[in-house]
Amino acid sequence: MSTLLEVEDLDVHYGRPGAPGSVKAVDGVSFTVERGRTLGLVGESGCGKSTTGYAILQLVRPSGGRVLFDGTDLCTLDKASLRRMRRKLQIIFQDAHASLNPRMPIGDLVGEALDIHGLYPGAKRAKRIRELLDMVGMAGHLIERYPHELSGGQAQRIAICRALAVEPELIVCDEPVSALDVSIQAQIVNLLQDLQQRLGLAYIFISHDLSVVRHVSDDIAVMYLGKIVERAGKHEIYDAPAHPYTKSLMSAVPVPDPDIEARRQRIILKGDLPDPAHPPSGCRFRTRCPIAIDECAKVEPLQHPLAPGHWAKCIRL
Amino acid sequence: MPLLSVRNLQTRFATDRGIVRAVNGVSFDLEEGEVLGLVGESGSGKSVTALSIMRLVPEPPGKVTADSLTLEGTDLLRLSEADAREIRGSRMAMIFQDPMRSLNPVLTIGRQLTEVLRRHQKLSGTAARRRAIELLETVGIPMAEKRLAAYPHQFSGGMRQRVMIAIALSCNPRLLIADEATTALDVTIQAQIIDLVKRLQRERGTSVIWISHDLGVVAGLCDRVNVMYAGNVVETAPIRELFHRPSHGYTLGLMGSTPRVDGSGTARLTPIEGMPPNLIDPIPLCPFLPRCRVSVPACQARPPERREFGVGHWASCLADLAK
Amino acid sequence: MAVVQPSSPATPYRITGSFVLAARQFPRHRAAMVGLVLLVLICLAAALAPWIAPYDPVQIKLSAKLKPPSFEHLLGTDHFGRDVFSRLIYGGRTSLSVGVLVVVFAFVLGVPLGLASGYFGGRIDNLLMRLVDAFLTFPPLLLAVALVGLLGPDIQNVMLALGLVQAPVLARIVRGSTLAVREDVYVTAARALGAGPARIVLSHILRNVMSPIVVQLTIVFSAAVVAEASLSFLGFGTQPPQPSWGRDMSEARRFLGDAPWMFMAPTGIIMLCVLSINFLGDGLRDALDPRAWRTRRQLSKGEG
Repeated sequence: MSTLLEVEDLDVHYGRPGAPGSVKAVDGVSFTVERGRTLGLVGESGCGKSTTGYAILQLVRPSGGRVLFDGTDLCTLDKASLRRMRRKLQIIFQDAHASLNPRMPIGDLVGEALDIHGLYPGAKRAKRIRELLDMVGMAGHLIERYPHELSGGQAQRIAICRALAVEPELIVCDEPVSALDVSIQAQIVNLLQDLQQRLGLAYIFISHDLSVVRHVSDDIAVMYLGKIVERAGKHEIYDAPAHPYTKSLMSAVPVPDPDIEARRQRIILKGDLPDPAHPPSGCRFRTRCPIAIDECAKVEPLQHPLAPGHWAKCIRL
Repeated sequence: MPLLSVRNLQTRFATDRGIVRAVNGVSFDLEEGEVLGLVGESGSGKSVTALSIMRLVPEPPGKVTADSLTLEGTDLLRLSEADAREIRGSRMAMIFQDPMRSLNPVLTIGRQLTEVLRRHQKLSGTAARRRAIELLETVGIPMAEKRLAAYPHQFSGGMRQRVMIAIALSCNPRLLIADEATTALDVTIQAQIIDLVKRLQRERGTSVIWISHDLGVVAGLCDRVNVMYAGNVVETAPIRELFHRPSHGYTLGLMGSTPRVDGSGTARLTPIEGMPPNLIDPIPLCPFLPRCRVSVPACQARPPERREFGVGHWASCLADLAK
Repeated sequence: MAVVQPSSPATPYRITGSFVLAARQFPRHRAAMVGLVLLVLICLAAALAPWIAPYDPVQIKLSAKLKPPSFEHLLGTDHFGRDVFSRLIYGGRTSLSVGVLVVVFAFVLGVPLGLASGYFGGRIDNLLMRLVDAFLTFPPLLLAVALVGLLGPDIQNVMLALGLVQAPVLARIVRGSTLAVREDVYVTAARALGAGPARIVLSHILRNVMSPIVVQLTIVFSAAVVAEASLSFLGFGTQPPQPSWGRDMSEARRFLGDAPWMFMAPTGIIMLCVLSINFLGDGLRDALDPRAWRTRRQLSKGEG
């Protein structure tokens, strides 16, 4: 197993630092993604998980840190090299319909991805488009259809198809199934898993839905207010969560089993997310944390190793 | 006598492509203090069922009919528009997925809350204000007195949903309908709201219809569940029965496609293939048949009849799923 | 679900592109087709004026002045006894070319300006939009008069001036729409695929701002025809006795009571043109927007 992506100390700041309203949306985030594996990035709205995904792809420019893809730092590439590099990293979005140009038929949408990088020119183009559609389980006769004629699930398949067209090694999946009905959600999740197996893709799977993330990921990173607070394998994260935020998050996710639900102890958090423009000092979670002490306001918690591949940032561990 | 009784509810919409049978013969009872889940996917008719009960379906293009639809003995379908409005404010209330759209953005929370109180409860200005503060405290909004002067956009999503619940509770309704009320919220906030609803139901004995696509939420909150598909209830069961002995192909499919955070599910989800039927063309056989994994030869021959599987547990399915 | 398998070597027939699909849609728009046919007829008449006009449009015949429509003079005669119908046919040569060229000019100048301003934003946007604002502070007709005065009073310069006056308005509209469309997810998606600015602007943004452009261009056309009249009236542009719709219309105002046909003929033809262009614009807009297509295609069942 080899490292495909290495994110080091990634920052994304909006607004001038220190100015009123400036927000550190992503603040010193580091993680690695292995080839062919899936890293789940979870957290609640406003935690910076999507921004992290965008910053990796340089769709928003990071304010600091490094994004090493196969050893190349994406943050320092010039525009032309970056465009060529984009072949290797792709993204699919939550709102699949919105991610497809409403005025282009499916054939063009998929074909465009090939054209941009000069793949399969001439006579091979049509054949390749059909192959790609086939790969995502879409029938070829839909080729003249437009996005608005597709269901949510079909639209997401086309979005995946476009991403696959450029033969990437990593796909950032930004809430790809959150807008879909459960049955369709399962179809897309299975499709992503099949493709991973067939093509050896690595995924960064961003979602607020822990059940889905746990299902598809090998490793999981939990984010809160711009920082990763815990990182663990998929089993530890539920069986042995260490950070109080992860604990409450896990306890809050409903399980479709009335017996388990009846037995479960929920850790109900106090209040709402603090204003990201004015995050609490020290540990950012302390204002809602059930076990916070005075010390938490003073020191910024560091990574506390718990097991190989499992750490949390909490001084009370 | 049940609090709410629904018999053969049908709601249709005239569209330029034909008549859409959004709700197609739904029947159920809701007992005093019961929490009933309505589960299904988009287009299953669960929201329209709720809107029909609330008399909130716009007519036309909609048309609501039923053999009977009664709340505490009152025939809801016979009510005049004015009487329906009166009942909506006093005996039943509804909260929606998007609280921002249900609140008026240019009026303060206090104004919106006291207005309801003054209209329906005929309270005076100061009494309404006192009651409003009380209500906000009940739904867990800190510093309620100060918050009265705030506008909806100054509240977070969870807080807004609390305000909506406060407005819904303002007249002590006997029936509260929540339509995907926590779907747009983060899990920790969802947990807070569910906690709140449970508490209110316990303390006040309010009956609740909880509409959700999330089997997990339903498992933790509801006493009984109606599973809906293509405008009809296809299975109804007490909560534990439903999860232990799902007896309809669709219920089974839903469970197979729901991932579980506790990891006790299968390594691979079992999705329901295909898409729901359109509700314009008549569906002579089981509406789920084209997508069903457990269909038996009889399914091709006749529409499924209701079969009993236990006390208060029936399903319209011909396959024998009890293993 | 069925595990996806590589396709059996299906016959890779040609994939129809969006422009062909759009072109197929256009004839289904009945009003647009009516507009197109009318416009083609009017243009043909103007082009073939020397062969179909019954009279010389500038031939003065005072004995026949202010005659109402008759078989001899289909649309009557004007105060110099000139045949109104013939003037209409000849006038189309001026008015239509003014209208069309001003539209082309406004498009060529305004659209790229608006796209660049909206897409690149920042300093380019600031500079371009201040320039546009400066243009827009002048009353358009006054500006056109000034420009023609500067360039010399002939019809080419009138077209140039009117185009220059209309371009900033169009640029503003395109910029506004571009700003909105630029933030759409499919633009981000295209960037993520590695598309460069040219592809993004031409194939994603321009396509999605076509509707307001088409609407504005129909307005530009009618404005140009009328403005040409005003300029001619002021002594720029078409010089009497050369016919032009706008000129004839403004001249006819003096005889509204005695010879209403003199006024109604050019007014009617201008209205007809504007109407046709509007229909045409509607059709174009709908043909470019698949969501407006009236086909009833049933989606095949089968997510999987």
